[in-house]
Amino acid sequence: MAQYVVRRVLDLLFVLFGVSLLIFLMVRFIPGDAVAIMLGANTDITPDRVENLRRQLGLHLPIHEQYWQWLSGVLRGDLGNSIWTGRPVTQEIGARLPVTLEITGLSLLFAVVAAVPLGVLAARARGTWGDLVVRVMAIAGLTLPSFWVGVLLLYFFSIYLPTWPAIGYVPFTQDPLGNLARLALPVVAVSLPMVAGLTRILRSSLLEVLNSDFVRTARSKGASERAVLYKHAMRNAMIPVITVIGVQVGYLLSGVVVIEQVFAIPGVGRLIIGAINERNYPLVQGVVLIVTAVFVVVNMLVDLAYAWIDPRVEYA
Amino acid sequence: MSAPSTGPAPGPGPGPATVPTPVRMPRSAFERSFFGRLLRNPVGFLGFVLAVFVILAAALGPLLSPHDPLAQSIRERFQGPSAAHWLGTDNFGRDTLARILHGYRTSIGVSLGAVGIATMVGAVLGLLAAFFGGWIDRIIMRLMDVLLAFPIILLAIAVLAVLGPGSFNTGLAIGIVYTPIFARLARAPALTVLNWDYVSAARALGSSPARILARHVTPNVLAPIMVQVTLSLSTAILVEASLSFLGLGTQPPTPSLGLMLSESRNTMLLSPWVSVFSGLAILLASLGFNLFGDGLRDLLDPTLRDA
Repeated sequence: MAQYVVRRVLDLLFVLFGVSLLIFLMVRFIPGDAVAIMLGANTDITPDRVENLRRQLGLHLPIHEQYWQWLSGVLRGDLGNSIWTGRPVTQEIGARLPVTLEITGLSLLFAVVAAVPLGVLAARARGTWGDLVVRVMAIAGLTLPSFWVGVLLLYFFSIYLPTWPAIGYVPFTQDPLGNLARLALPVVAVSLPMVAGLTRILRSSLLEVLNSDFVRTARSKGASERAVLYKHAMRNAMIPVITVIGVQVGYLLSGVVVIEQVFAIPGVGRLIIGAINERNYPLVQGVVLIVTAVFVVVNMLVDLAYAWIDPRVEYA
Repeated sequence: MSAPSTGPAPGPGPGPATVPTPVRMPRSAFERSFFGRLLRNPVGFLGFVLAVFVILAAALGPLLSPHDPLAQSIRERFQGPSAAHWLGTDNFGRDTLARILHGYRTSIGVSLGAVGIATMVGAVLGLLAAFFGGWIDRIIMRLMDVLLAFPIILLAIAVLAVLGPGSFNTGLAIGIVYTPIFARLARAPALTVLNWDYVSAARALGSSPARILARHVTPNVLAPIMVQVTLSLSTAILVEASLSFLGLGTQPPTPSLGLMLSESRNTMLLSPWVSVFSGLAILLASLGFNLFGDGLRDLLDPTLRDA
């Protein structure tokens, strides 16, 4: 196991190195003079300002030195400054990232809490209309555009429940109830496709496990149906579900980036869209780098947890 | 959403859970054919019908369209469904059905282009990696790992930040994002096939690498790739709509489903119909390709095929 952990961490470092290289090169791929484009919207461009920004971004150096300068900055926690506000990029992202992570975490929680009873219901009621309803919803829900669900929820709440605080954000520490009330709609909108996916996988994996020999043995020794389901079958049936959760965290994160736009939530999604519109490239680079790093680390932790839970996983 | 293969269950497909009949009549030639087998998978067949419908709408949209998607008519704005405007009109009095038909043109065009790029580039990279092995394999696959490390939307957004918005760039961005999936998908079975005796025989006969890859390896990796193409189209439609919704994809006045949904939000309290129908159009297109891809997997997977 220890060897496996070390290998995964080395893989992770390599991937992060590649990610940082691509993000660094990103600005150099911009057709034309990046500095002129960044300053494009400004009216008071002087040659001095252009030269200043060029130096600030290190563009006067040879490219490998530029990368080295940028990377060593990143490793010291310095992602440069936002071109428009002049504030450090890390500070801008630090203010927004917790919001996005909170929605992602709540959505994950909601998806699992909703999918487990639905999956169990469908598997136990196999072949009945209840099973059929859950399965049809699970198929259709998989491709549900979460931003559309968000727009519709917003519409219905503003008509039938106009007092509900559907838009905006309040920090949890300031007003816990207000925070959860405002996040309820975006969380539901973002997690529905995941609820559908998890329900579907849990149903089929539970059906498979319930047909296996050890479940028959448990039944024949007189274990109650409840004990068979929850003590014997469930633990095995959850293994594929956990794999899928790991894969889907990335999709969840993508959904959150878009849904922030619908509900006017000040997370990294709105930050990066705003940064692109004002051609604030250091900020764009910073958001992509930090969010990807978080995503890669979470994925590795899921993999490690998976290897730890399931003794059959080979550490090859 | 799940991995660009919209994460469908790795178990039995969505077919009905019927008890197998004890006596089975021999299947006729039609029943054993591709369409015969597709017909016996109702969910996959529904997906096939939806996908064909969407592609036809995209291809023939301008011919079928009852109105000009850009023609404004202030007196007719904010209408619900009616005989003249089947799906109502928007804040400029433009016909929603006409705009959806033209929107499909953009969505499906961009998605097909994106998945096309990803399939070609990805499959070629995967096959080359499998064939040459060694450091070529390592460099290609490491690069693919790095691309896979980004959350999908974020990588597409980053590419668009560099290239600038627009339909063409959106297709390119989604294509780059999906390339590693196809590289991995082509490489794994290719490694197995390259070890088979008949490939060794072809090598011994002096076949060129290009001929071995094209004639002997490609047909064997085609089935999983076709399934993945269909499933990727399903998610690419969603990604394209998301990017247009964010204002980074297709630019107005070109009709695009994501853009329609985004614009209609401002006037939703006056008339919700544009929001309802444009979102429904995205859902149907994505759902169709997803169900069809699922059905296709059941059909093309020989382990599930009945004689």
